[in-house]
Amino acid sequence: MWEIIERAAESNGLVTGFAVVGLVILLSGFLSRKLTCGRIQGSAIAILIGLALAYVGGRYTGGSKGLADIAFFSGVGLMGGNMLRDFAIVATAFEVHPEEAKRAGWVGGIALVLGTVLPFIVGVMVAWSFGYRDAVSLTTLGAGAITYIVGPVTGTAIGAESEILALSIAIGVVKAILVMVATPVAARFLRLSTPRSAMVFGGLAGTVSGVSAGLAATDRRLVPYGALVATFHTGLGCLCGPSILYFAVKAIV
Amino acid sequence: MPIYGTALLAACHLLGIILGDLLGRALGMTTNVGGVGIAMILLIVARYYLHRSGRLNAASEKGVIYWGAIYIPVVVAMAMQQNMLAAIKGGPMALIAALASVLVCGCFVAFINRGEPLPHPDSNDVESR
Repeated sequence: MWEIIERAAESNGLVTGFAVVGLVILLSGFLSRKLTCGRIQGSAIAILIGLALAYVGGRYTGGSKGLADIAFFSGVGLMGGNMLRDFAIVATAFEVHPEEAKRAGWVGGIALVLGTVLPFIVGVMVAWSFGYRDAVSLTTLGAGAITYIVGPVTGTAIGAESEILALSIAIGVVKAILVMVATPVAARFLRLSTPRSAMVFGGLAGTVSGVSAGLAATDRRLVPYGALVATFHTGLGCLCGPSILYFAVKAIV
Repeated sequence: MPIYGTALLAACHLLGIILGDLLGRALGMTTNVGGVGIAMILLIVARYYLHRSGRLNAASEKGVIYWGAIYIPVVVAMAMQQNMLAAIKGGPMALIAALASVLVCGCFVAFINRGEPLPHPDSNDVESR
Protein backbone atom coordinates (compact mmCIF):
# COMPACT_ATOMS: atom_id res chain seq x y z
CA MET A 1 0.00 0.00 0.00
CA TRP A 2 2.70 2.46 1.06
CA GLU A 3 4.60 1.58 -2.11
CA ILE A 4 1.64 2.64 -4.25
CA ILE A 5 1.24 5.94 -2.36
CA GLU A 6 4.94 6.64 -2.67
CA ARG A 7 4.95 5.95 -6.39
CA ALA A 8 1.90 8.15 -6.92
CA ALA A 9 3.59 11.00 -5.05
CA GLU A 10 6.89 10.66 -6.88
CA SER A 11 5.44 10.50 -10.38
CA ASN A 12 3.11 13.44 -9.65
CA GLY A 13 5.71 15.61 -7.96
CA LEU A 14 4.26 19.06 -8.53
CA VAL A 15 0.76 17.94 -7.55
CA THR A 16 2.15 16.45 -4.33
CA GLY A 17 3.92 19.76 -3.75
CA PHE A 18 0.61 21.65 -3.97
CA ALA A 19 -1.01 19.25 -1.52
CA VAL A 20 1.88 19.35 0.98
CA VAL A 21 2.17 23.14 0.91
CA GLY A 22 -1.59 23.53 1.15
CA LEU A 23 -1.58 21.33 4.23
CA VAL A 24 1.23 23.34 5.84
CA ILE A 25 -0.61 26.61 5.16
CA LEU A 26 -3.84 25.18 6.56
CA LEU A 27 -2.01 24.11 9.70
CA SER A 28 -0.25 27.46 10.11
CA GLY A 29 -3.51 29.36 9.67
CA PHE A 30 -4.95 27.25 12.47
CA LEU A 31 -1.88 27.85 14.69
CA SER A 32 -2.03 31.57 13.94
CA ARG A 33 -5.64 31.84 15.09
CA LYS A 34 -5.51 29.49 18.07
CA LEU A 35 -2.05 30.10 19.51
CA THR A 36 -1.31 33.72 18.69
CA CYS A 37 -4.89 35.04 18.28
CA GLY A 38 -3.94 36.14 14.77
CA ARG A 39 -1.07 38.30 16.01
CA ILE A 40 1.53 36.42 14.00
CA GLN A 41 0.39 36.07 10.39
CA GLY A 42 -0.35 32.58 9.15
CA SER A 43 2.08 32.99 6.26
CA ALA A 44 4.93 33.87 8.65
CA ILE A 45 4.26 30.66 10.58
CA ALA A 46 4.04 28.71 7.31
CA ILE A 47 7.47 30.00 6.26
CA LEU A 48 8.93 29.06 9.66
CA ILE A 49 7.44 25.56 9.37
CA GLY A 50 8.89 25.40 5.86
CA LEU A 51 12.37 26.27 7.15
CA ALA A 52 12.04 23.72 9.95
CA LEU A 53 11.05 21.06 7.41
CA ALA A 54 14.03 22.11 5.27
CA TYR A 55 16.27 21.45 8.28
CA VAL A 56 14.69 18.05 8.88
CA GLY A 57 15.06 17.19 5.19
CA GLY A 58 18.69 18.28 5.16
CA ARG A 59 19.42 16.26 8.29
CA TYR A 60 17.69 13.19 6.89
CA THR A 61 19.35 13.16 3.45
CA GLY A 62 22.51 15.21 3.99
CA GLY A 63 21.67 17.06 0.77
CA SER A 64 21.57 20.78 0.12
CA LYS A 65 17.94 21.19 -0.95
CA GLY A 66 16.11 20.58 2.29
CA LEU A 67 12.85 18.69 2.02
CA ALA A 68 13.11 18.56 -1.79
CA ASP A 69 15.94 16.00 -1.51
CA ILE A 70 13.53 13.41 -0.18
CA ALA A 71 12.05 11.68 -3.25
CA PHE A 72 8.53 11.77 -1.85
CA PHE A 73 8.66 15.57 -1.58
CA SER A 74 10.71 16.27 -4.70
CA GLY A 75 7.75 18.17 -6.21
CA VAL A 76 8.19 20.83 -3.54
CA GLY A 77 11.48 21.59 -5.25
CA LEU A 78 9.71 22.29 -8.53
CA MET A 79 6.98 24.33 -6.87
CA GLY A 80 9.42 26.49 -4.92
CA GLY A 81 12.09 26.51 -7.62
CA ASN A 82 13.26 29.58 -9.49
CA MET A 83 10.89 29.15 -12.43
CA LEU A 84 7.58 29.15 -10.55
CA ARG A 85 8.88 31.60 -7.96
CA ASP A 86 9.75 34.17 -10.61
CA PHE A 87 6.51 33.45 -12.51
CA ALA A 88 4.47 34.15 -9.38
CA ILE A 89 6.52 37.26 -8.49
CA VAL A 90 5.93 38.69 -11.96
CA ALA A 91 2.21 37.95 -11.58
CA THR A 92 2.06 40.05 -8.40
CA ALA A 93 3.05 43.07 -10.53
CA PHE A 94 -0.49 42.92 -11.89
CA GLU A 95 -1.62 44.63 -8.69
CA VAL A 96 0.99 47.40 -8.82
CA HIS A 97 -0.33 50.91 -9.33
CA PRO A 98 2.01 52.57 -11.82
CA GLU A 99 1.68 56.01 -10.16
CA GLU A 100 2.77 54.62 -6.78
CA ALA A 101 5.75 52.85 -8.29
CA LYS A 102 6.81 55.94 -10.22
CA ARG A 103 6.63 58.19 -7.18
CA ALA A 104 9.02 55.96 -5.24
CA GLY A 105 11.33 55.41 -8.20
CA TRP A 106 14.40 57.38 -7.16
CA VAL A 107 14.21 56.42 -3.48
CA GLY A 108 14.15 52.81 -4.60
CA GLY A 109 17.31 53.46 -6.60
CA ILE A 110 19.13 55.01 -3.64
CA ALA A 111 18.00 52.13 -1.42
CA LEU A 112 19.30 49.69 -4.01
CA VAL A 113 22.79 51.23 -4.03
CA LEU A 114 22.90 51.44 -0.22
CA GLY A 115 21.62 47.87 -0.01
CA THR A 116 24.60 46.73 -2.08
CA VAL A 117 27.36 48.79 -0.49
CA LEU A 118 26.38 48.63 3.20
CA PRO A 119 26.12 44.83 3.58
CA PHE A 120 29.34 44.51 1.60
CA ILE A 121 31.23 46.83 3.97
CA VAL A 122 29.78 45.04 7.00
CA GLY A 123 30.62 41.63 5.53
CA VAL A 124 34.21 42.64 4.76
CA MET A 125 34.66 44.07 8.27
CA VAL A 126 33.35 40.88 9.91
CA ALA A 127 35.57 38.74 7.65
CA TRP A 128 38.55 40.94 8.55
CA SER A 129 37.86 40.53 12.26
CA PHE A 130 37.78 36.74 11.75
CA GLY A 131 41.31 36.85 10.38
CA TYR A 132 40.86 36.97 6.61
CA ARG A 133 43.37 39.33 5.04
CA ASP A 134 43.51 38.67 1.29
CA ALA A 135 41.42 40.81 -1.06
CA VAL A 136 39.82 37.82 -2.85
CA SER A 137 38.46 36.19 0.32
CA LEU A 138 37.38 39.51 1.83
CA THR A 139 35.51 40.50 -1.35
CA THR A 140 33.82 37.11 -1.70
CA LEU A 141 32.66 37.07 1.92
CA GLY A 142 31.49 40.68 1.69
CA ALA A 143 29.58 39.85 -1.49
CA GLY A 144 27.93 36.94 0.33
CA ALA A 145 26.46 39.49 2.73
CA ILE A 146 24.70 41.10 -0.28
CA THR A 147 22.88 37.91 -1.38
CA TYR A 148 23.72 34.21 -1.54
CA ILE A 149 23.88 34.49 -5.31
CA VAL A 150 26.18 37.51 -5.46
CA GLY A 151 28.68 35.79 -3.13
CA PRO A 152 29.49 32.71 -5.25
CA VAL A 153 29.17 34.63 -8.54
CA THR A 154 31.70 37.19 -7.35
CA GLY A 155 33.95 34.58 -5.78
CA THR A 156 34.00 32.47 -8.93
CA ALA A 157 34.80 35.51 -11.06
CA ILE A 158 37.81 36.55 -8.95
CA GLY A 159 39.00 33.01 -8.18
CA ALA A 160 38.17 32.35 -4.53
CA GLU A 161 38.60 28.91 -2.90
CA SER A 162 35.56 26.65 -2.63
CA GLU A 163 35.61 26.80 1.16
CA ILE A 164 35.28 30.59 0.99
CA LEU A 165 32.51 30.22 -1.60
CA ALA A 166 30.56 27.90 0.69
CA LEU A 167 30.98 30.32 3.56
CA SER A 168 29.78 33.25 1.44
CA ILE A 169 26.69 31.25 0.46
CA ALA A 170 26.10 30.48 4.14
CA ILE A 171 26.24 34.20 4.99
CA GLY A 172 23.69 34.96 2.27
CA VAL A 173 21.37 32.12 3.26
CA VAL A 174 21.45 33.13 6.93
CA LYS A 175 20.71 36.70 5.86
CA ALA A 176 17.73 35.62 3.71
CA ILE A 177 16.35 33.54 6.57
CA LEU A 178 16.84 36.39 9.06
CA VAL A 179 15.00 38.78 6.76
CA MET A 180 12.14 36.28 6.30
CA VAL A 181 11.74 35.78 10.01
CA ALA A 182 12.48 39.28 11.32
CA THR A 183 10.46 41.38 8.85
CA PRO A 184 6.97 40.72 10.21
CA VAL A 185 8.27 41.24 13.75
CA ALA A 186 10.07 44.50 12.89
CA ALA A 187 7.42 45.81 10.48
CA ARG A 188 6.40 48.66 12.78
CA PHE A 189 9.99 49.74 13.45
CA LEU A 190 10.70 49.64 9.70
CA ARG A 191 7.51 51.63 8.98
CA LEU A 192 6.43 49.11 6.39
CA SER A 193 3.00 50.36 5.46
CA THR A 194 3.14 52.08 2.08
CA PRO A 195 4.29 51.00 -1.39
CA ARG A 196 7.17 53.47 -1.14
CA SER A 197 8.36 52.05 2.19
CA ALA A 198 8.19 48.55 0.72
CA MET A 199 10.37 49.65 -2.19
CA VAL A 200 12.95 51.17 0.17
CA PHE A 201 12.90 47.91 2.11
CA GLY A 202 13.22 45.84 -1.07
CA GLY A 203 16.27 47.81 -2.13
CA LEU A 204 18.05 47.73 1.21
CA ALA A 205 17.24 44.23 2.40
CA GLY A 206 18.18 42.62 -0.91
CA THR A 207 17.63 38.87 -1.24
CA VAL A 208 14.44 38.39 -3.29
CA SER A 209 13.55 35.34 -1.24
CA GLY A 210 13.96 37.16 2.08
CA VAL A 211 12.17 40.31 0.96
CA SER A 212 9.25 38.58 -0.73
CA ALA A 213 8.68 36.12 2.08
CA GLY A 214 9.11 38.82 4.72
CA LEU A 215 6.65 41.15 3.03
CA ALA A 216 4.23 38.32 2.29
CA ALA A 217 4.11 37.62 6.00
CA THR A 218 3.71 41.32 6.82
CA ASP A 219 1.21 42.62 4.26
CA ARG A 220 0.52 40.79 1.02
CA ARG A 221 -0.24 43.99 -0.90
CA LEU A 222 3.32 45.23 -0.39
CA VAL A 223 4.98 42.20 -1.99
CA PRO A 224 5.08 43.43 -5.62
CA TYR A 225 6.63 46.80 -4.67
CA GLY A 226 9.39 45.26 -2.59
CA ALA A 227 10.05 42.49 -5.10
CA LEU A 228 10.17 44.95 -8.00
CA VAL A 229 13.22 46.66 -6.49
CA ALA A 230 14.76 43.58 -4.90
CA THR A 231 14.98 41.72 -8.21
CA PHE A 232 17.51 44.30 -9.38
CA HIS A 233 19.54 43.70 -6.24
CA THR A 234 21.23 40.48 -7.31
CA GLY A 235 21.97 41.92 -10.75
CA LEU A 236 23.54 45.05 -9.31
CA GLY A 237 25.53 42.99 -6.82
CA CYS A 238 26.83 40.63 -9.52
CA LEU A 239 27.78 43.70 -11.55
CA CYS A 240 29.63 45.56 -8.77
CA GLY A 241 31.06 42.60 -6.79
CA PRO A 242 33.80 41.37 -9.13
CA SER A 243 34.52 44.91 -10.40
CA ILE A 244 34.23 48.12 -8.36
CA LEU A 245 33.95 46.47 -4.95
CA TYR A 246 36.84 44.09 -5.59
CA PHE A 247 39.08 46.90 -6.79
CA ALA A 248 38.14 48.99 -3.76
CA VAL A 249 39.06 46.18 -1.35
CA LYS A 250 42.27 45.48 -3.28
CA ALA A 251 43.27 49.13 -3.05
CA ILE A 252 42.75 49.19 0.72
CA VAL A 253 44.32 45.82 1.61
CA MET B 1 -10.41 33.14 -21.36
CA PRO B 2 -7.99 32.77 -18.43
CA ILE B 3 -5.31 31.31 -20.66
CA TYR B 4 -4.93 34.70 -22.36
CA GLY B 5 -3.95 36.22 -19.02
CA THR B 6 -1.55 33.41 -18.20
CA ALA B 7 -0.04 33.58 -21.68
CA LEU B 8 0.41 37.35 -21.32
CA LEU B 9 2.15 36.74 -18.00
CA ALA B 10 4.35 34.05 -19.55
CA ALA B 11 5.25 36.30 -22.48
CA CYS B 12 6.23 39.16 -20.14
CA HIS B 13 8.24 36.73 -17.99
CA LEU B 14 10.20 35.32 -20.93
CA LEU B 15 10.76 38.71 -22.56
CA GLY B 16 11.97 40.13 -19.23
CA ILE B 17 14.43 37.26 -18.72
CA ILE B 18 15.75 37.64 -22.28
CA LEU B 19 16.17 41.41 -21.87
CA GLY B 20 17.84 40.83 -18.51
CA ASP B 21 20.31 38.42 -20.10
CA LEU B 22 21.00 40.87 -22.92
CA LEU B 23 21.54 43.67 -20.39
CA GLY B 24 23.91 41.42 -18.46
CA ARG B 25 25.85 40.61 -21.61
CA ALA B 26 25.99 44.27 -22.60
CA LEU B 27 27.55 44.94 -19.19
CA GLY B 28 30.06 42.15 -19.73
CA MET B 29 28.60 39.52 -17.37
CA THR B 30 27.14 36.06 -17.71
CA THR B 31 24.40 36.70 -15.16
CA ASN B 32 20.89 38.05 -15.63
CA VAL B 33 20.51 41.70 -14.62
CA GLY B 34 17.07 42.54 -13.26
CA GLY B 35 15.24 40.16 -15.62
CA VAL B 36 12.34 39.58 -13.25
CA GLY B 37 12.10 43.29 -12.49
CA ILE B 38 11.97 44.08 -16.21
CA ALA B 39 9.26 41.42 -16.64
CA MET B 40 7.24 43.06 -13.85
CA ILE B 41 7.52 46.46 -15.53
CA LEU B 42 6.45 44.91 -18.85
CA LEU B 43 3.38 43.38 -17.21
CA ILE B 44 2.45 46.67 -15.53
CA VAL B 45 2.74 48.49 -18.87
CA ALA B 46 0.87 45.76 -20.78
CA ARG B 47 -1.95 45.80 -18.28
CA TYR B 48 -2.18 49.60 -18.41
CA TYR B 49 -2.56 49.72 -22.19
CA LEU B 50 -4.79 46.65 -22.55
CA HIS B 51 -7.01 47.96 -19.80
CA ARG B 52 -7.33 51.35 -21.45
CA SER B 53 -8.23 49.90 -24.79
CA GLY B 54 -10.69 47.56 -23.06
CA ARG B 55 -9.12 44.39 -24.44
CA LEU B 56 -8.54 42.74 -21.08
CA ASN B 57 -11.74 41.24 -19.70
CA ALA B 58 -12.28 39.87 -16.22
CA ALA B 59 -11.99 36.25 -17.34
CA SER B 60 -8.56 36.86 -18.86
CA GLU B 61 -7.41 38.72 -15.76
CA LYS B 62 -8.18 35.66 -13.66
CA GLY B 63 -5.37 33.85 -15.47
CA VAL B 64 -2.85 36.30 -13.99
CA ILE B 65 -4.49 36.91 -10.63
CA TYR B 66 -4.41 33.21 -9.77
CA TRP B 67 -0.64 33.10 -10.14
CA GLY B 68 -0.22 36.24 -8.07
CA ALA B 69 -2.34 34.63 -5.34
CA ILE B 70 -0.36 31.37 -5.43
CA TYR B 71 2.72 33.40 -4.59
CA ILE B 72 2.79 32.83 -0.83
CA PRO B 73 2.45 29.03 -1.17
CA VAL B 74 5.34 29.13 -3.65
CA VAL B 75 7.42 31.04 -1.10
CA VAL B 76 6.58 28.43 1.54
CA ALA B 77 7.74 25.72 -0.88
CA MET B 78 10.91 27.76 -1.42
CA ALA B 79 11.51 27.93 2.33
CA MET B 80 11.18 24.13 2.47
CA GLN B 81 14.23 23.71 0.25
CA GLN B 82 16.67 26.16 1.82
CA ASN B 83 20.03 24.74 2.75
CA MET B 84 19.49 25.07 6.49
CA LEU B 85 22.42 22.77 7.31
CA ALA B 86 24.87 25.01 5.45
CA ALA B 87 23.37 28.05 7.11
CA ILE B 88 23.90 26.54 10.55
CA LYS B 89 27.27 25.00 9.68
CA GLY B 90 28.56 28.39 8.51
CA GLY B 91 28.94 28.95 12.20
CA PRO B 92 29.42 32.16 14.11
CA MET B 93 30.98 34.11 11.26
CA ALA B 94 28.04 33.56 8.90
CA LEU B 95 25.65 34.43 11.68
CA ILE B 96 27.49 37.57 12.76
CA ALA B 97 28.02 38.83 9.21
CA ALA B 98 24.38 38.21 8.29
CA LEU B 99 23.01 39.62 11.53
CA ALA B 100 25.19 42.75 11.33
CA SER B 101 24.24 43.50 7.74
CA VAL B 102 20.55 42.93 8.43
CA LEU B 103 20.73 45.26 11.46
CA VAL B 104 22.57 48.01 9.57
CA CYS B 105 20.17 47.79 6.60
CA GLY B 106 17.16 47.64 8.91
CA CYS B 107 18.24 50.88 10.61
CA PHE B 108 18.62 52.57 7.23
CA VAL B 109 15.17 51.35 6.14
CA ALA B 110 13.65 52.72 9.34
CA PHE B 111 15.54 56.00 8.92
CA ILE B 112 14.57 56.54 5.27
CA ASN B 113 10.95 55.55 5.84
CA ARG B 114 10.66 57.99 8.73
CA GLY B 115 11.45 60.79 6.33
CA GLU B 116 8.67 59.73 3.99
CA PRO B 117 6.52 62.62 2.83
CA LEU B 118 2.89 61.66 3.09
CA PRO B 119 1.40 62.27 -0.34
CA HIS B 120 -2.21 61.77 0.75
CA PRO B 121 -2.55 63.64 4.04
CA ASP B 122 -6.28 62.89 4.13
CA SER B 123 -5.89 59.10 3.97
CA ASN B 124 -2.72 58.74 6.04
CA ASP B 125 -3.47 61.35 8.65
CA VAL B 126 -3.94 58.99 11.55
CA GLU B 127 -0.70 57.16 10.83
CA SER B 128 1.48 60.27 10.75
CA ARG B 129 0.60 61.51 14.20
